[in-house]
Amino acid sequence: MTIARVRAWLLAEAPASRAQARLSRTYLGFAALARNPLTVVGLVIVTALVLVAALAPWLATHSPYDQDLDRRLRPPDDAHRFGTDQLGRDILSRVVYGARVTLAIVVLVAVIVGPIGLAVGTVAGYFGGWVDAVLMRVTDTFMAFPRLILALAFVAVLGPGIVNAILAIAITAWPPYARIARAETLTERGSDFIAAIRLQGASPLRVLCGHIVPLCVSSLIVRITLDMAGVILVAAGLGFLGLGARPPQPEWGAMVSEGRQFLLDQWWIATIPGAAIFLVSLGFNLLGDGLRDVLDPKAR
Amino acid sequence: MNVATPAGTGRGSSLGLFVFRIGRLAVTVALTFLGLLFVTFVIGRVIPIDPALAILGDRALPHVYERVRHELGLDLPLYHQFWIYLVKAVRGDLGSSVLTGRPVIDDIRQFFPATVELATFATVLGVALGVPMGVWAAAARGRWLDHLVFWLGLVGLLVFYARLDLVAGPGRLDVAYEYVVEPWSGLVLLDSLLAGELGVFRNALAHVVLPGAILGYLSLAYIARMTRSFMLAELGQEYVVAARVKGLSEARVIWRHALGNVMVPLVTVIALSYAYLLEGAVLTETVFAWPGLGLYITQSLFNADMTAVLGGTLVVGVAFVGLNLLSDVLYTFFDPRAR
Repeated sequence: MTIARVRAWLLAEAPASRAQARLSRTYLGFAALARNPLTVVGLVIVTALVLVAALAPWLATHSPYDQDLDRRLRPPDDAHRFGTDQLGRDILSRVVYGARVTLAIVVLVAVIVGPIGLAVGTVAGYFGGWVDAVLMRVTDTFMAFPRLILALAFVAVLGPGIVNAILAIAITAWPPYARIARAETLTERGSDFIAAIRLQGASPLRVLCGHIVPLCVSSLIVRITLDMAGVILVAAGLGFLGLGARPPQPEWGAMVSEGRQFLLDQWWIATIPGAAIFLVSLGFNLLGDGLRDVLDPKAR
Repeated sequence: MNVATPAGTGRGSSLGLFVFRIGRLAVTVALTFLGLLFVTFVIGRVIPIDPALAILGDRALPHVYERVRHELGLDLPLYHQFWIYLVKAVRGDLGSSVLTGRPVIDDIRQFFPATVELATFATVLGVALGVPMGVWAAAARGRWLDHLVFWLGLVGLLVFYARLDLVAGPGRLDVAYEYVVEPWSGLVLLDSLLAGELGVFRNALAHVVLPGAILGYLSLAYIARMTRSFMLAELGQEYVVAARVKGLSEARVIWRHALGNVMVPLVTVIALSYAYLLEGAVLTETVFAWPGLGLYITQSLFNADMTAVLGGTLVVGVAFVGLNLLSDVLYTFFDPRAR
């Protein structure tokens, strides 16, 4: 009864208030998202990642750092669901705490990369001319390196470690966002409402921040979600090469790397964190695909 | 990177337009190379590792330290250093490896063919399987698996090498076969064939199959997906209807007429996927102990040999830009409409 009324209120043809219109739009978007089963799977995986990261102390059966050399290299059993590694640490607990590292990487990269891309792209697109030429040449230069290799070079400069890995990934990841923001800006720049705002005497800063940036955000969010799979894998790759998180931090890529030498006899050490990477990047990818279909009809 | 955006269809002098376009392309490429050099230069200058200290160790006498700094040109103003770096790089001098004392370019010349061999093998696989798959619309999803190669590689080694013994293990050749064939191109597969050493060829093939297949899978997914979307666009065209009305067999319509037109954008896709494989090769080479450029870069990294790291990075960047450029040129060359 009430659910039906809420639905009717959300789907009203003529919303009575701004809040209703907004909620209605959100609901419709969500419904469109839920229509695709793969997107739902992606959403579930990403939500699960967030939950596992948040609840890590309660989900982990052991400390991720405690070594127990008597119980090293144990296969999965009741005490250690995913077995133990070469130092007798519980792999389940390490994978669970590793979710925090992965989530931190994803969030920080998104927080750094989005604004940089927006700033460079909108400024280049709005002002045009030599500003555009210079900024886009810089963008092209960064795009001219394969990402992992440029990140490698930056980590070499900054020194290994999780923070530096995040910085290196962010430095190499922003150019596509600048490209997208610029393209969006170019299409909006000449429109009448921008001209109207400028006639009212709005400063370029106000036009950009108040009117152009909000228009670019949705396509940027889609792109960021899609790229998160790549970010996770680059981070894991850096960890695997020994340039990401420092031991004993439980980072999935580094865990795969540590398990390498035991691969032939103790398969679980490398395989289980690898499966976690696989699952999470799959989740972000499915979610990103679904978001694109809902938010960005042009890309369909 | 899209170097040459087709600037509409030219109606005026097509030769003039062509020259203009080549000129613009040349300027863009030159600027991008300059940017590449600038990035590696900046990375090389802001590093906390002092090259002079890396050579001398931290107990060097002050006057020796000053002399080495002078010999390395580190006491010159930055713009002057950049100019020297630029001139040297254009001449192919990327400096000497701090660790081995060998010129970096010689090291790269030795390691690069292995990467080329691996990436080429993977691309051939990707094209041979990906194009038909795409045409049959059995398209694989996405490029998101890209960097998971290190894990796939480990699992592959575990299953196919350790358990099933179907393929050879890490490295390019078994020890017994090493140094049998004189390197000519650096590509073991090619060299052994040319020398008529079939045993070496077979061994090299057994080594390249697994890493090549894992890398090839990545380009396969990408190529198949692109082929599919190109084919779908092409099959909606009117000439396809015309071909069918003419009574041509479906196979002829699809494989000859439609795929013929798809080949043009497909060539650029293949060139791009080859460029991405250079990147994927870093992790694959680490897993499979494949003595390529990626392994060279990461190993130099652990030895704090920045000259070597930046030299390798620069070479990969140049190869990347070159392949992008090649794909643009091929596009203009094959597609009469883009000329």
